[in-house]
Formats: sequence, C-alpha cells, structure tokens
Amino acid sequence: MVGLIGKKIGMSQVFDKHGNLVPVTVIQAGPCWVVFRKTVARDGYDAMQLGFEKIEEKRVNKPMLGHFKKHKSPYYRYLKEFRLTIYKDIQEDEELNVTMFQEDELIKITGTSKGKGFQGVMRRHGFHGFKATHGVHESYRGPGSIGQCATPSRVFKGKKLPGHMGVAKVSIKNLKVIRVDQERGLLMVKGAVPGHRNSIVYIRKEL
Amino acid sequence: MNIIHEATADQLQTEHPEFRVGDTIKVHYLIKEGAKERIQVFQGIVIQRRGEKISHTFTVRKISGGIAVERIFPFHSPHISKIEVVRMGRVRRAKLFYLRRVKGKAARVKEKKRY
Repeated sequence: MVGLIGKKIGMSQVFDKHGNLVPVTVIQAGPCWVVFRKTVARDGYDAMQLGFEKIEEKRVNKPMLGHFKKHKSPYYRYLKEFRLTIYKDIQEDEELNVTMFQEDELIKITGTSKGKGFQGVMRRHGFHGFKATHGVHESYRGPGSIGQCATPSRVFKGKKLPGHMGVAKVSIKNLKVIRVDQERGLLMVKGAVPGHRNSIVYIRKEL
Repeated sequence: MNIIHEATADQLQTEHPEFRVGDTIKVHYLIKEGAKERIQVFQGIVIQRRGEKISHTFTVRKISGGIAVERIFPFHSPHISKIEVVRMGRVRRAKLFYLRRVKGKAARVKEKKRY
C-alpha cells in the first residue's frame, strides 16, 4: 500500500462541501522521498523506503550514515518501509506528497497512542467495577475474581489485569479525507488520529 | 496552532456586521428539507460568543410561544446568509446565562444608547 509519513499537528473544525462543521485532525503529510526500492527479483517482495524531514549530515549517526551513503540519498530524520502491491512504477528518489490523496477518499492511519501510565481494569479494559453502595466494602474499582481455586491453581495467561496502558501501535481504518491543502502539504482527516501533537503517523491509501 | 488557522482562513466569513453579547439580532439561516431550500429567520438575544477563528460560535435565545429556544450557530457557517443587528443591548457580563432563570421584567436587557 502506497502512503506517506506525516506529523500530527492538532485538531480543528472545518466546513465540508455541504456546509456542515466537521471535526478534523490536521496532519503535515510529507513531502517524502523514496530512499530505495525493494523488488521481487532481488528481495522477494515489492516495497519502498520513505524518508521524511531532511536533516544535516552532523545529525545522522554512523550506521545510518552508511545506509544513506549506500543509496546515495539525502539524510532524513524518519524512515519507514511501505509494501507496494500496485503503483510498482515508483522510482528511487521520487518525491511523494499530499497530491496522492483526494477529498472523500478513505485512508488508514497508523500512529503511537498517548501514554496513559499504569491503569486499573476499569480504564484499561472497560470493566464495570463495583457498586458505590449496597454494602460494597473497600473495593469499588477492582477486577473481582481472577480465577478458580485448587483447579487450576494458577491465573490463566492473558487475564485482563491492571498494567501499563498506551504508547502502543494503533491503526485506524476508513478515515475520511475532508480537505487536501497542497500549498502547505496538509491533510485534514475527519475524526481523531492516535498520538499526541507532533507525533509521527503513517498514512496509507486503502486499496 | 497557527498553521491550522492559516489553513482554515479561507473559510472565514468577513461580511457579518459586528454584534456583541446582549444585542438582539436576526439570523438568516439556510434550511435544507430534502431537495427544497428556504431561508429561516431566527431573532433573539445573543447570550454567548465563544471559540476563535473557524470554531467561533454564538448562541441566540428567544421566547417562542412561551417556550424559550436557544440556538447555537457556527459564526463562519456558509448557511448563514445574513445577520442583522436589530437592537444593541447594554450588559455587564460576557455570558448572559442568568436570563435562563429570570422571567418578566428581570429578563429584559437595557438598550444601549448611541450618541
């Protein structure tokens, strides 16, 4: 799936073509450049590696420098590989930008969700907790029973319990493109997108 | 945030007259009923203005047949064809939510004299 690397800027509202005010997430999408191409003949599958945000040479570490030198490419802060199923005519060093998206198109966005810290089962797994009254004693938000007794005398793996929540890879499908701002390279997508402001998101065309 | 303001600036309305909280205004609003379109006029007192740029909204309150009706309009909505200021009001606060709990004489807003 062909796509772009982008940066979440924030949320706003915008009027669509029917005149309705819709909530949108504004994303700085691209411009990205193809660092190198993988081909079926050489690598077993078709893919492209995209670079986003050009940086100076002194910002690049030694291993990455070797990678960029090998492909005679400029230096980028962010790299990401995208599998190609169609659009196999994409060349190395080609620039990709928001013009690949049209209004009303449905796209898929992958990002890293906001960190929530150590959370209990009510917030993390949507458990209902206990009643506030009717004799409930010192246990309002607990998980309840977490298993049986002597058989099996252990807690099953994957049991939903309190723990760390957030900072996970989250993808959202079928987000509608409301506006494409070619001049500023902005993409406005209806609804929310995972991650905090200035976090990196991967935008893919749904094909 | 500024880049968002820049990117949405083309949708902002610049032709509406200036009005403040406490003013009585007429809002000409385009209503779509299936394929038919018509303009409805909503007249009342502005009790709130909030938000900035594209998200700016205002609330208009009127008493219609003994029942209070409040409507929130997006200021920059393309469906607002016209806004008219009928009467300017003199008020001492930014939000007139107290109008919801007062009746009769207390629910009036003094007219602002223009010299």
